[in-house]
Amino acid sequence: MVVFEKTKGLTDNQFHYCPGCTHGIIHRLVAESLEELGVLGKAVGVASVGCSVFSYNYFNCDFIQAAHGRAPAVATGAKRADPSRIVFTYQGDGDLAAIGTAETVHSAARNENITVIFVNNAIYGMTGGQMAPTTLPGQVTQTSPYGRDVTVVGYPVKVCEMLKEIDGASYIERVAVNNVKNIRNAKKAILHAFKNQIEGKGFSLIEVLSTCPTNWGLSPAEAIKWLDENMQTYYPLGVYKDKYKEDK
Amino acid sequence: MAEKVLLKGNEALAEAAIMAGCRHYFGYPITPQTEVAAYMSRRMPKIGGTFLQAESEIAAINMVIGAAACGKRAMTSSSSPGISLKGEGISYMCGCDLPALIVNVQRGGPGLGGIQPSQSDYWQAVKGGGHGDYHLIVLAPASVQEMVSMTFKGFDLADKYRVPAMILADGTLGQMMEPVSLDLGEVKEYDKSWAATGTENHEGRNILNSLSLSPAQLEEWNISRFERYKQLEREEVMYEEFMTDDADIIITAFGIAARIAKNAVKDARKAGIKAGLIRPITLYPFPKAAIKNAAKKAKAILSVELNMGQMVEDVKVASNGACPVYFYGRTGGVLMRPEEITDTLSAIAKGEAKEW
Repeated sequence: MVVFEKTKGLTDNQFHYCPGCTHGIIHRLVAESLEELGVLGKAVGVASVGCSVFSYNYFNCDFIQAAHGRAPAVATGAKRADPSRIVFTYQGDGDLAAIGTAETVHSAARNENITVIFVNNAIYGMTGGQMAPTTLPGQVTQTSPYGRDVTVVGYPVKVCEMLKEIDGASYIERVAVNNVKNIRNAKKAILHAFKNQIEGKGFSLIEVLSTCPTNWGLSPAEAIKWLDENMQTYYPLGVYKDKYKEDK
Repeated sequence: MAEKVLLKGNEALAEAAIMAGCRHYFGYPITPQTEVAAYMSRRMPKIGGTFLQAESEIAAINMVIGAAACGKRAMTSSSSPGISLKGEGISYMCGCDLPALIVNVQRGGPGLGGIQPSQSDYWQAVKGGGHGDYHLIVLAPASVQEMVSMTFKGFDLADKYRVPAMILADGTLGQMMEPVSLDLGEVKEYDKSWAATGTENHEGRNILNSLSLSPAQLEEWNISRFERYKQLEREEVMYEEFMTDDADIIITAFGIAARIAKNAVKDARKAGIKAGLIRPITLYPFPKAAIKNAAKKAKAILSVELNMGQMVEDVKVASNGACPVYFYGRTGGVLMRPEEITDTLSAIAKGEAKEW
């Protein structure tokens, strides 16, 4: 008896992600959600720039590869072109919270009927570990070698806290994939975000706290612990906004 | 003869886009093209289309990318500084082979420049603007009628070749009113089985992507794209010749400068100077052969432009040394009077002008 099958939402291509990176888990949750909701054949994903740039190789649906930070604008164009398509972006923290801040804020303000999966690992992974907009105070990266000095480079951007204040946004939740309970909750949140889109409820963003063992310089197990102890404290998990709470 | 209506250039262009089947417009306000956006904001909701005022020029071009990737006719319009911002998106669009229409109603630059008409984005339009090996199809209307016909043509060529098309207009053409016919013929449908319409609608997965970390593959993509450019160069060159048959001095000019130059040709002929005009309508593909042939017969070529000398480089290359090339231009939003051109023609005829 098969108790657990690989989702049809993923292709057979082998992930390029580093050992211990949680992109793999998040990919699976998104792919399972699309499959379970029966919308895989209608899905149009928008890949961003960063480690997840190759996500178009892994999700088993049509894809558009966007420029750095522009995924929500590309998704806007796609969704407006054909509102019957299920359009989602998959973006990292540099992409969404630095170069693409305007696109993020304004797609939320328009309550664009899209789903944004925002993977926050507090570092630029693809380019080799530079300071991200979400890098924690004091965190050492390649471009903050003495630790992030908030008096010089300012504070991290808390995306969910910022977007919850935007009238247009429908559903904003921060989840993590550092333990089984959190992973199950992340799945629920991602499913809810896609359901919102199917029901025409507008802009949903799920921030997923994620690890980057390679660029954090930690083992996968240590990285999970670092996420527990540091990221989760600075970026509290929870539903920041849900306009349609009663339907959940 | 179809009935003519009096329309402003920018509004005529917008209506032509709708007639070409465009139902997705994404833009951002900037003078002197804002009438395009204003017109679309009135019309699109009435015909089930999308008008969206984006948060930036960058977002607008990326929205065009999204809609074009889904197989729809989509467009944006802007003016010079805004087109610079769109450069990134234009490059991605070319890398993904997405057809769409981009309109540049040029104003003077560089920087914020001014708001008066200019042709100083010629280089940006035909030589890049974004990064990488690519061309846009660049169409240069010289009348409100051509704002209409080139818009229609631009969508058609973009779809046919999977290459974005740009209308390189200027503030004069955008703002002036002329009688136009909107009898544009049938909209041709092209195969868009490559579009991201969802895997329920096609075999396999459709991926619109410009990334390849394999140099060999990226080279192959670029070479294959340039095969289409070669076909464009063979089959789609458009230009107008005016009194060139017996001309000693050929003026090359596009857009509104060509309108002024045409008057100068007539005036020069009255004064006994045999002048003619070649007006490139497609700036890319450039009418190289027409200029090459003209250069062999004429005594001189004079490139007249509303910039400090941009197209003249391509004219010089096309003429390949067969005759001397001169340049006359005004810049910063200043239009020239026909007398300035006829004076230059006289100086060339007398051997008093300096070659470019």
